[in-house]
Amino acid sequence: MLRRFFICLLSVLVILSIMVGVNSVFAEVKEIKVGVVIPLSGNLATTGNLLKQSMELAIEVVNNKYENLNVPMAETEGFPNFDGAKLKMIFLDDQSNPEKSMGSVDQLISQEKVCAVMGSISSTVTATASQAAERLGVPFLSHTSSSPGLTERGFKWFFRCCPDDDLFTKNFFQFMEDAKKEKSIELGKTIAMLYENTLWGSDVAKAIRKYAPQFDYKIIADLPYTSRSASLTSEIQRLKAANADIVMLASYVSDAILIQTTMKDMNYIPPIMLAMDSGHNDPNFIKTVGDLANYIVSREVFTSTLLGDPTVAEINEMIIEKTGFPLVQVTAQGFMGVLVLADALSRAESLEPEAIRIALVETDIPQEKVIFPWPGIKFNEKGQVSTGRGIMVQILDQKYKPIWPFEIANVEPILPIPGWDER
Amino acid sequence: MENMIILQVILSGITAGLVYGLISIGLSLIWGIMDMVNFAHADFMMLSMYFTYIAWSKFALDPMYSLPLIMILMFVIGVVVYLAIVRKTVGGEIVTQILATFGIVVFLQNMAQFLWSANYQMIRNPIVSGSFALGDLFLQKAQVVSGIASLMAAGLIWIFIHKTKLGWALQATAQNRGAAPLIGINVNKMFSIAWGIGLASVAVAGVLLANYYYIFPQVGATFQLLALIAVALGGFGSIPGALLAGLTVGIIEALSGFFIEPAYKYVVVFSLYIVVVLIRPQGLFGTHH
Repeated sequence: MLRRFFICLLSVLVILSIMVGVNSVFAEVKEIKVGVVIPLSGNLATTGNLLKQSMELAIEVVNNKYENLNVPMAETEGFPNFDGAKLKMIFLDDQSNPEKSMGSVDQLISQEKVCAVMGSISSTVTATASQAAERLGVPFLSHTSSSPGLTERGFKWFFRCCPDDDLFTKNFFQFMEDAKKEKSIELGKTIAMLYENTLWGSDVAKAIRKYAPQFDYKIIADLPYTSRSASLTSEIQRLKAANADIVMLASYVSDAILIQTTMKDMNYIPPIMLAMDSGHNDPNFIKTVGDLANYIVSREVFTSTLLGDPTVAEINEMIIEKTGFPLVQVTAQGFMGVLVLADALSRAESLEPEAIRIALVETDIPQEKVIFPWPGIKFNEKGQVSTGRGIMVQILDQKYKPIWPFEIANVEPILPIPGWDER
Repeated sequence: MENMIILQVILSGITAGLVYGLISIGLSLIWGIMDMVNFAHADFMMLSMYFTYIAWSKFALDPMYSLPLIMILMFVIGVVVYLAIVRKTVGGEIVTQILATFGIVVFLQNMAQFLWSANYQMIRNPIVSGSFALGDLFLQKAQVVSGIASLMAAGLIWIFIHKTKLGWALQATAQNRGAAPLIGINVNKMFSIAWGIGLASVAVAGVLLANYYYIFPQVGATFQLLALIAVALGGFGSIPGALLAGLTVGIIEALSGFFIEPAYKYVVVFSLYIVVVLIRPQGLFGTHH
């Protein structure tokens, strides 16, 4: 009798434990945690905070229904494949410090158990942060760092959903050639490069050195500088002495501000300034230097003419409400980056890293669901978005106005740049 | 033309160097009198830059008008910081003093970010702006004014220390803080005055720098490093030494940026510092302790 009782008790316990076990395996996923490392303090804090706000807006879109928006994840509340689980992003401040970013990624993966990581802004920081994710075998999505070298490392877990500077640099030359042919704008053939000397700036310079001879341009000054210098006077002196027809810049926002004010004080302006986005496209740049910013040409992936699209216009309103600034490249990339990852998560069979990686590889977001003028979003075998395109904007009346490709331009480029006393 | 460009580079170096000198003077004063490194010196400069910005944006006060007010305010802050925090570390381990001022750095930077955000700010169209031509040479008005101010500040502080009774008392405290009370000198009062003057002089640098430089919570970092180099180069505690060393740093920075490579300009500056420290550890104008 006692033996029977024990067998029954044991059976009940076994069944119960199996049920509990099964239940834990198929436990309802309440939230999906994704880690983000971006600079929220330090030199790039201003850009980092804008990026964070735009990402938070995208999280709201993922977690709630926004039927009027034609973007991925807007039609559902959370992730239907995970019983409506909500997206939760854990933001850690990397202070634009490569070592700090590595530690933050370690912390996010090992302690917070995030299933994927996004970040950062500076390519140098993204390089080390993604190394940590690669070592731990967790997908890493970069949405703003544009150094071409990042996707040349043969990483398995690294993806980037923004175009790289190789493409943008080629766009610089294509734009100048098109301007000459179609608008009769003659800008000359000599180039001076001024760029910050970390991975990003150096990679931009490398791309310029690659394309300049192909388009028959000559580099006459090659000037790397240390970001956040107390003074950039000697750099501008060198530029002035070189007297090149074209000045190409790769600068973060603090340096972009100092370059512009120093140029003004030294009464120097080249016929054209081509800026590789970043500092020159940070909304704080124009806000800080005001009309000194006018006439700079910069590359972009987003432009205000896209606001004709009802979805983009709606997102623009939401971004203005949240950040106080209209949609610009950094906020557009922040918003779309989250949706690209969320789209992959919504197709992933599980939250295992490999399942998410496969879902990212299979990404195929159609053109109409992308807020950029791209033919959709797909990744190539290196994890680089293969469908990205660049746009040239010129700062006119302290606003970024698209000037190239000419079919989406809404103003004529004003080149050569008028001198300081001609404005 | 080549000569004119070089002359222009040197002139730019001089004006930038005088600003570094101005920042270094206060640091050198505190160092000389108290034998203490104030790691938060350039962050107090950041604070005075924000005060200048607030005076301009909220009360339409140009930096040239808000300058005396901010000097007084920073003098008071210097005295308060000394009495509330630094005083407790005097006579203690050097590590305690370093950590105390380093703690002030962290506090000031985070407070600035909390109160005024991480965004960059800049004063638009101040009275002192633009440049003027001297033949083929261009000089930035704001930098020239800062340069003149730094010469004046160095002169006034030197006169104060060497020609006034209070200055003698400061010197006496610096020479022997144990014996100073025996002749009726209140050491705490002297130290608090040193902090007050130190911060008031860096306020001059901050206010004038705000005329042409952007403002954000970490703006002090680069200047702190250059100021420390200038103080060590000029000789610990030497006011003319700090000014001349600042000037040297500015000129070397400009020339090496122009002739060698902008990316290496600080390499040259720091190399010179190492050479001077090896050959003359007390600095160019310092004396052996």
